[in-house]
Amino acid sequence: MNINLTLIGQMIAFIGFVWFCMKFVWPPIIAAMKEREEKIADGLAAADRASHDLELAKEKAVERLKEAKEEAAGIVDSANKRANQIVEEAKEAAVVEADRVKAAAQAEIEQEANRAREALRGQVATLTLAGAEKVLGAEIDQSAHNDLVEKLAAEL
Amino acid sequence: MAAAGETQTVSEYIVHHLTNLTYGKLPGGFERYDGSIVAEGGEWTMAHGGAEASAMGFNAIHVDSMLWSIGLGILFCWLFRSVAKKAEAGVPSGFVNFAEMIVEFVDNTVKDTFHGRNKLVAPLALTIFVWVFLMNLMDLVPVDLIPHTLMLLGVEYQKIVPSTDPNITMGMAVGIFVLMLYYSIKIKGFGFVKELTMNPFSHPVFIPVNLFMEVVGLLAKPFSLGLRLFGNMYAGEMIFILIAALYGAGVLWMAPAGLMQVGWAIFHILVITLQAFIFMVLTIVYLSMAHEDH
Repeated sequence: MNINLTLIGQMIAFIGFVWFCMKFVWPPIIAAMKEREEKIADGLAAADRASHDLELAKEKAVERLKEAKEEAAGIVDSANKRANQIVEEAKEAAVVEADRVKAAAQAEIEQEANRAREALRGQVATLTLAGAEKVLGAEIDQSAHNDLVEKLAAEL
Repeated sequence: MAAAGETQTVSEYIVHHLTNLTYGKLPGGFERYDGSIVAEGGEWTMAHGGAEASAMGFNAIHVDSMLWSIGLGILFCWLFRSVAKKAEAGVPSGFVNFAEMIVEFVDNTVKDTFHGRNKLVAPLALTIFVWVFLMNLMDLVPVDLIPHTLMLLGVEYQKIVPSTDPNITMGMAVGIFVLMLYYSIKIKGFGFVKELTMNPFSHPVFIPVNLFMEVVGLLAKPFSLGLRLFGNMYAGEMIFILIAALYGAGVLWMAPAGLMQVGWAIFHILVITLQAFIFMVLTIVYLSMAHEDH
């Protein structure tokens, strides 16, 4: 347990190691740790921001959804209205058309009837003449009795 | 481990374990272990036994302490340098993680205690903490393992725990003392002289008294620093040696000796860490005091 040159040797070694640590060990490790610290802090801040953004986006989405629902309800409403309108219009159009068709049919029927009546009338005149000829047994001058026959036919 | 051979008594065994491998200059006219007389003018040689080592006086060096201490210092530098190279802002892993934990711990301790601005203190604290811890850690290597192996290889003495050598602990303490003086003068300038002379009694009459008290207080710092570590480690080492000596006392003693050794080793894990920590903290405190300007 003698105090000797070892003491000086240890002092020199001590200085050397401290110098080495100060120069090559401490600064890079501390720098890396500080950088990481900042990185983590940034990351946490970003995460906070992101969650805040998410919250906002959720609110926005809910709002949008509400708006969209309202809009959709409006659209459905107006569509219903429009459909009713169309149906009404169609009904009206159908009634008008039906009336028109009915009128045309009636006119045609009348026309047919008239035409038939005319034809019938003509034939009645002929038949009457033929009948009268047979009854009288003589020939009737068609031209002399034409007025009479015409009158008769008109009375039918 | 019966390193204590039949021809070796227990006290011889202990003394052998406490002797450093010393290389130094024997004074002229000294009678060596084999009876030969050292020539006039002295002779640089390996010491055989404690008597020759003490005869060498200051002109000697403890080869074992020096080599283990420097070797462990290099181990520290290499380990932490490799970490420093690998360290980046990404996810740390494995040993880098562990080393960063130590660095952060030291950094926090320095920040808590030292309020001045000095780029030296934190790396100094890290070096002290890890280096002293590694030196203390050698205490947990079974006491006979390396010395006995080396003895079989022809190396007569070997003390593998550098911090049980007062030269080593005092060497560091003196280094710190020099730093304390340097920063005291650099930061305080004349205030340092005033601190030494006008404290605690602020009157010119008391200058001699103040100076005496302050100088004693100042000198006590490196001594307490170095001798505390030395004393603790030396005592711990001594108990390991005594337990190891117990193995030679007979078969019946094997079990209790083994139990004691395990117990003391486990307890010692705490002691070596604590001593390294205390040495580091006191260094920071002393340097902090050197930076405080009143």
